[in-house]
Parts: sequence; C-alpha cells; structure tokens
Amino acid sequence: MSTGITETDDDSTETQTQAVGAARAAGDVYSEMTSEEIEAANEQSRRRTRELVEEADHTVELKVFRFDPEVPEKEEPRFDTFRVPFSKGMTVLDALMWARDQYDSSLTFRHSCRQAVCGSDALFVNGKQRLGCKTQVADLADSGVPETVRIEPLPHAEVVKDLVVDMEHFYDQMESVEPYFQDEDTPDGLEEQYQSRENREKVKMSTRCIWCGACMSSCNIAAGNNDYLGPAAINKAYRFAMDEREGDELTEHRLNIIEQEHGVWRCQTQFSCTEVCPKDIPLTEHIQELKREAVKSNLKFW
Amino acid sequence: MSQSYDRGLIEDFGRWTEFSAGMWAWIFHKFTGWVLVGYLFTHIAVLSTAIQGSEAYNSTIQGLEGLLLVRFLEVGLLAVAVFHILNGVRLLFVDLGLGLESQDRTFYASLVVTGVVVVASIPTFLMGKLA
Ligand code: HEM
Ligand code: SF4
Ligand code: FES
Repeated sequence: MSTGITETDDDSTETQTQAVGAARAAGDVYSEMTSEEIEAANEQSRRRTRELVEEADHTVELKVFRFDPEVPEKEEPRFDTFRVPFSKGMTVLDALMWARDQYDSSLTFRHSCRQAVCGSDALFVNGKQRLGCKTQVADLADSGVPETVRIEPLPHAEVVKDLVVDMEHFYDQMESVEPYFQDEDTPDGLEEQYQSRENREKVKMSTRCIWCGACMSSCNIAAGNNDYLGPAAINKAYRFAMDEREGDELTEHRLNIIEQEHGVWRCQTQFSCTEVCPKDIPLTEHIQELKREAVKSNLKFW
Repeated sequence: MSQSYDRGLIEDFGRWTEFSAGMWAWIFHKFTGWVLVGYLFTHIAVLSTAIQGSEAYNSTIQGLEGLLLVRFLEVGLLAVAVFHILNGVRLLFVDLGLGLESQDRTFYASLVVTGVVVVASIPTFLMGKLA
C-alpha cells in the first residue's frame, strides 16, 4: 500500500507487529509443548477440518497421486483421498491447496501465479492434461459438483515427488530451438526492430506459450521418441521463423532446425497437443505450416 | 536430484480410454493401412492362380466365395478400405492446413460414412451370388 500515511496504515502496521509478536510467542510455546500437547493441538485442527467438511453444502473427493522416494511409506506410489469443501469458483489448484493446508502439509505440487501465467501447475486431471489454476472444479462435472477428481502428475515424465515431474527434458527441447530473437541489426534510420501489425498478428498466438509442458505430455509421438522436439518447441521455432524482423539467413537456420530428423516430420497430426494447450495455441496448425514451409524451401524449381 | 519414478509405458502413452478423436484417427489409419497391405498379398496370391489357366482361377475364387467366413472378411475389407480412404482424404486436408478446427468432426464423419457404406454392402457381399 502506498496511498500515503493514513490511520488505517498505522493500524495495519500495528497489527502486523502484533502478528509477528504472536508468531514468535507461538514459536516459543511450541518448543515448550510436550508431545501430548502437540498431539492435542493436532487433534483439534483435525476436528476443525472435519467440521469444515461436514458443514459444507458440497464437497469434492480428490484422489491424488503420492510418491516420495525419500519417505519409506511413500516409496510405493499410491493414491490418497482428500475430501474438500467445495466453494463456487474453486479451481483444482485451490482444492489441492486446501488439501495440503488442512490434511497433509507434505502434499507436493508446483504452483506460483495461480492465473495461468507461470506454467507451473500442468497436471493430469481426470485423464487430461490441464492447468490446475485454470480448471474449475465445477467444470469437471456434467452438472453441479463432481463426485471425485483424480489428480496425477503429467504422464510421459518421471515423477520426482507427488505431483512434481522432472521438466528437464522438456526445457532441453525448448532451448534446442534457440528460443530468442537473434538479429542485432536495426533497419536504416530506426532505433528499434519494427514489426508490422500483420506480422505481429501472425505470431501472436505462438507467443502465448507458458512452458507448462501439457502439450508434450499429451503427445503419443513424444512419448515414444525422446528426440522429438515436441509441439511446444516447434511452436517456439514457429514464433521466430515467422518473425519477419529476423533476416533470411536466420530464418533458413531456423527451418533447418525444425526440419531435422526429429523435427516437424515426426508430427502425426493427432491434435492431442492442440486440445490440451491451456493458452489455446493452434499447435497442430503451426506445425503443419512449418512442414509446408520446409517443403517449399527445399523444392525450389521456380 | 535424487531418485525419480518412471511410471512405465502405460503412463507414457496414456490410457486408451482417455484418447481423443485425432488419436483414434491415427491408430485406425495405421491399422487399416497395414490391413490393406496384408490384403494386397492375398489378393496377388489369388489372382496368380490364373497363371495356371482359367479353370484353376475360377475354382479358387468360387471355392473362396463359397465360404461364409470369406464373405464376412470382405465386408471387413470394405470397411477398412473405405475408412482408410476417407480418413486419408481428411489427412490430406490436414496437411494442407484446411479445416483444422473440424478435425474431430471429419473423423466422426469418416466413421459414420464407413458404417453406412458397410451396411449398404451387406446384401451384396453376404447374400449376393457370384455370376
Ligand atoms: C485412395 C486410397 C488411399 C488414400 C487416400 C490413402 C491415404 C493415406 C495417407 C494420407 C496416409 C498418411 C497418414 C499419415 O500422415 O500418417 C496413409 C498411410 C498409409 N496407407 Fe494409405 N491411402 C490409400 C490407400 C492405401 C492402400 C491401398 C494401402 C495398402 C496397400 C495403404 C496403406 C497405407 C499404410 C500402411 C499407411 C501407414 C504408413 C505409415 O506407417 O506411416 N493405403 N494413407
Ligand atoms: S504450447 Fe501450450 S501446452 Fe505446450 S507448453 Fe506452451 S502453453 Fe503449455
Ligand atoms: S499456478 Fe501459474 S500457471 Fe497455474
């Protein structure tokens, strides 16, 4: 808040100090608590959770994949069930966070922005790759509140812990198409790299990628072939290959990357990526267009 | 990083019950394509009997057509061929970047048309007489 010094501001500062003090005191108290007292406090919070669930008009059952190689009880993957009170507007991520905060603080998943911007929380929800924060729990039922929501880590990636998968391979594929603008030259008399409106429109959708990996996870071809660049990386290549501000030489270099053995020609137009992309990028369309560009640049009879 | 968990092939390729239209189209197209290749061999084998004269060819083909199983297989072959052609045309449009928004509906249309053609062919294949 930077709206000048007001009484409210003072109040809030005071509340903050009090809160910090209280937390410190609580910390002290905690260290002095006996194990019986801690258990009693835990029992109380469990009771509170039960009450919240019982009082709720609607609840939804989360079935969540659990795995942790460092905890003996979780070495064998399993599903845990959490009953969560449903509230209007609740997303799958909200429900997961409630489960984590109320039932099991070790429940692990990646999230940050909670608004479909950071790309951290692509999950396998009821058999489809979706962003947790962009998926309304209510949308998972034909009407009303769904009975159960099954949440698993993204398929076609190794699980590090619970819902967290190893994204390294995905990032490697993204990097391999050189996802950055490379032309240093500015046109005569201009200080900037001017892009025409039409060209901006052309690449607009392709710029929306948030690196969530949902598309790659949905792709059968990528599942069977780790060398395949995958939809997101090809879309990234499209974004730069179609950008008119980069010179012809660079564009050709980019086409060479995408038409390599494990580039665009691996795509079998199954459309699974296009269907799961949370940013509605027409991935298959872009891949197909690059295929045609690749053919055109190789067949120069005219 | 410590250990991680590889959930194996099922997780990699997903569960078939969760496949979407385009994924089924791909599987059916590969399957029908290879069935057609297989048929090509039997087709050539049957036709080659004509090398031994018209007698041999006629008795082979009549013998085969006399079997109910063969007539059922022919209906199946027709289904496979019709689907492969229709979906093949669909894929050609996809390659040209035309009608990508309706890729799922064109797949369902291929299935429905295949079904209609197969039903319409049943009288000919199962009941029809060989001249
Ligand atoms: C009018 C008739 C046909 C059309 C329009 C057609 C179309 C196509 C198309 C477009 C593909 C490529 C699919 C892709 O992009 O992956 C394909 C694949 C295939 N076709 Fe056909 N086809 C026809 C007839 C046949 C026949 C008669 C045979 C068998 C002798 C056949 C066997 C195959 C096979 C085996 C594949 C899969 C190849 C692979 O593994 O990639 N097709 N067909
Ligand atoms: S293309 Fe779509 S699904 Fe793929 S990583 Fe980018 S935002 Fe996610
Ligand atoms: S939390 Fe950032 S995309 Fe969902």
